Amino acid sequence: MIKEIREPLIFEISETGKRAVELPALDVPEKKDLLGGVPLRRELEGFPEVSETEVSRHFTRLSQKNYCVDIGIYPLGSCTMKYNPKVNERLSGLPDFAACHPLASEDLVQGSLEVLKRLETYLCEIAGMDAFSLHPAAGAHGELTGMMLIRAVLEARGGARKYVLIPDSAHGTNPSSAHICGYSVKEVKSNEKGTIDVEALDAAMTDEVAALMVTNPNTLGVFESDICRVTEIVHAKGGLVYMDGANMNALTGIVRPGDMGIDVLHINLHKTFSTPHGGGGPGSGPVGVKKDFVPYLPVPVIREKGGSFALDFDRPATIGRVRSYFGNFSVIVRALCYILTLGPKGVREIAEFAVLNANYIRKSLEGEYHLKYTTPSMHECVFSDKIQKEFGVTNLDIAKRLIDYGIHPPTMSFPLIVHGALMIEPTETESRRDLDLFIDAMKAIAREAKENPEILHSAPHAAYVSRLDEVAAAKFPVLRWVKEP
Amino acid sequence: MSAYTPHSEADIASMLETIGVPTVDDLFATIPATLRQQAGLGLPAGLTEPELRRELTSLAARNAGADAAVFLGAGAYSHAVPAVVDQILLRSEFATAYTPYQPEVSQGTLQSVFEFQTFTALLLGLDVANASMYDGASATAEAILMARRVLPGRRVVWLARSLHPQYRATVATYVCRLPDLELRDIPFGPDGRCDLTVLEAALRDDALCVVLGYPNVLGVIEDVTAAASLARAVGALTLTVTTEPLALAMVKSPGASGADIAVAEGQSFGLPISYGGPGVGLFATRERYLRSMPGRIVGETVDAKGRRGFVLTLATREQHIRRERATSNICTNQGLCALRATIFMESLGKQGLREVAWQNAQKAAYAAERLGAVPGVRRKFSGPVFNEFVVELAKPWPAVDAGLRGQGLIGGYGLEPAYPELKNCALVCVTELKTKDQIDRLARALQEVLS
Repeated sequence: MIKEIREPLIFEISETGKRAVELPALDVPEKKDLLGGVPLRRELEGFPEVSETEVSRHFTRLSQKNYCVDIGIYPLGSCTMKYNPKVNERLSGLPDFAACHPLASEDLVQGSLEVLKRLETYLCEIAGMDAFSLHPAAGAHGELTGMMLIRAVLEARGGARKYVLIPDSAHGTNPSSAHICGYSVKEVKSNEKGTIDVEALDAAMTDEVAALMVTNPNTLGVFESDICRVTEIVHAKGGLVYMDGANMNALTGIVRPGDMGIDVLHINLHKTFSTPHGGGGPGSGPVGVKKDFVPYLPVPVIREKGGSFALDFDRPATIGRVRSYFGNFSVIVRALCYILTLGPKGVREIAEFAVLNANYIRKSLEGEYHLKYTTPSMHECVFSDKIQKEFGVTNLDIAKRLIDYGIHPPTMSFPLIVHGALMIEPTETESRRDLDLFIDAMKAIAREAKENPEILHSAPHAAYVSRLDEVAAAKFPVLRWVKEP
Repeated sequence: MSAYTPHSEADIASMLETIGVPTVDDLFATIPATLRQQAGLGLPAGLTEPELRRELTSLAARNAGADAAVFLGAGAYSHAVPAVVDQILLRSEFATAYTPYQPEVSQGTLQSVFEFQTFTALLLGLDVANASMYDGASATAEAILMARRVLPGRRVVWLARSLHPQYRATVATYVCRLPDLELRDIPFGPDGRCDLTVLEAALRDDALCVVLGYPNVLGVIEDVTAAASLARAVGALTLTVTTEPLALAMVKSPGASGADIAVAEGQSFGLPISYGGPGVGLFATRERYLRSMPGRIVGETVDAKGRRGFVLTLATREQHIRRERATSNICTNQGLCALRATIFMESLGKQGLREVAWQNAQKAAYAAERLGAVPGVRRKFSGPVFNEFVVELAKPWPAVDAGLRGQGLIGGYGLEPAYPELKNCALVCVTELKTKDQIDRLARALQEVLS
């Protein structure tokens, strides 16, 4: 690999007359007066002119400036950066799937519909829910869909209510999704164990509260042991419980959210079910529900009858459509492949090895890094920079120094209830050897923090760029290339 | 142990010893025993790779029609994709990276997104663009929510009836939970364009925005300039929605036509149709509305040594900072699809995109003429079109469709279920991939079916 890559923007290497693509000659008689006289644009101003070689090199060089799961451990807490099986990539692009048109008649798309139905069925089994909708494009989209369902069910029961309770450890998407759905958010404090304070919840739970949004295990990687009591309290006052399934990787085959009293949840296929993150999508955030919610699911719903599949649009109580067509289909194919490969035993092993790996890291780094909450960890553990702070070293310094060791940093500064957080989620696909590389690097950095903090402040030293000026980026936004006059 | 959990028995034993528990089950002790699964999950037994290939290939084979000549568009289009696009997408460095929160090790993704934002802004003719939305439909809904932030207190959203029905449905889902907004229809006239006389008479100063398809689901290119000036006169915003962005390589851009926010579905730019997903939502607006824009944004900056670099920026609009006061709840977007669209646009480039667009328009014009000459077929709308047009048939569409299918043709999108007033009408799409021979075959088959 080349140490220094200076890759200009494609717009800066454009030269008049170059091209990467030739078209076949037009095979119909050419018409002069196209588009009925509407105002046309003179040219695609600013669009580049480059050869195929240049396009290929441009992106290959850019790619080399990225870290990725195929290079090594990517221990971003709450992001579940596991290995993405290669065969699933191939199969998701099978020509009969890739060319399948979403508006083609049902008899032409039986294979695609069966893919969707089978994944729905398997997710119901894994999550303990009665039905799934695969429409949502990502986790936050699933949350929004789920909260719309809750609103619809409560409206049918007499009133949408006003508030949604959310623990102080929750992802930012939770309050945002509740808000878009027309709810006001009330925060519920965590107790000293880092879990929901049941008494505080009991006090906050009134008949004006529509729902509790809970993440389990929560963002500290701790299982909400009182979850059954929690869901009872909410249900007793006529409320509903939404679960953010971002951390399902700790639970697969071990415990089912549906058995804990969860009414609605979303699952991230791009986390738990191994579909690649793609540098920020496409994801897929299927929503699972209990029976009472089924009439309200987004349209269309897939019906199976005697081995053939149909799209059901005739659902008077539906919340409607949440997007075009039927979900991020090729992502859904990958997740189906993953479940089919693993089978029941392999699905359970996801959780077993994810939790084993996280606890191995936690035990190996205890003492070196501060652990605010000592409650047992599930699939991730949250340290802080409290010990290193004494030497003037912050979690940011630690994260950036990890890059010099060839490892992607963990999630930083989240959850908000741990100051200077380092949230580490190894996932089940890391071998002990890779975990040890990470652990050794973290230990070495802890030593450096004491002995040579300066090397941490100025890290990273081995990346293509050093620390970037994010303040200037926000203060004087340059958000696109502009042609020089 | 599966192929994806690389632990030997010895690893497991020594890791448990380090942790200080006897078995893996002990690690789950915080989960109440009553909740823990005793029986295994009811899933089919795991498959090996060859078995999985067989299973999926047989599922895919249950889809039919791959060898037919398809004249179906309506928001999902087949275009030629240069091999370089698919080849680069195979790179793990792009595919298996996370959202670029650590810019020092994500410059590849960040610079690509910066280029994507530039293409989006240039294509839509506006100042700034974000890093992508889920799809065109949800981007439309988000654009309306954004308009509400720009013009709080205004309540009426004027939505073109000729906007793609699935986009209209998505907007309704997002907006009907907001008691302060009201959706009203702009009807279309005999030319297939929004009836601006009706709009002009109805627009008041309670109008939030006017939303038009450009081109619309009837294939017709709206007069955005005229609609925008009506909107501006009452202080409302103009939003355009493009399901076929290739059209924008030829027609005047939304921004130049007066749009304040422009969104598009980017599937046409190198993405397989893939049963409708994933696509990618393009989203652009004017600089003065930047802070109200939803979604992630990448910006240019410098590192400690003064070298150019890129970072996620203006995050104070976003949910992970602003929580319930964020401009949107969107987190993960369609990163890899945006990369596809970027590579596609770079490969086609300034001339190539124009030429592909021109061929689409030429072939559609030829097809419209050819089909229009068939007895029992009538062009429904007189307005200008790009690569789709509506035909009214002498027989109901389902019967015609079935007849065409018998001849290896998938003829179009029947409009009647979504638009009862468009009896016996279908939307026919002709892209550069359709040959003259296929178009002629469609004309002959229609003649046969309708006679």
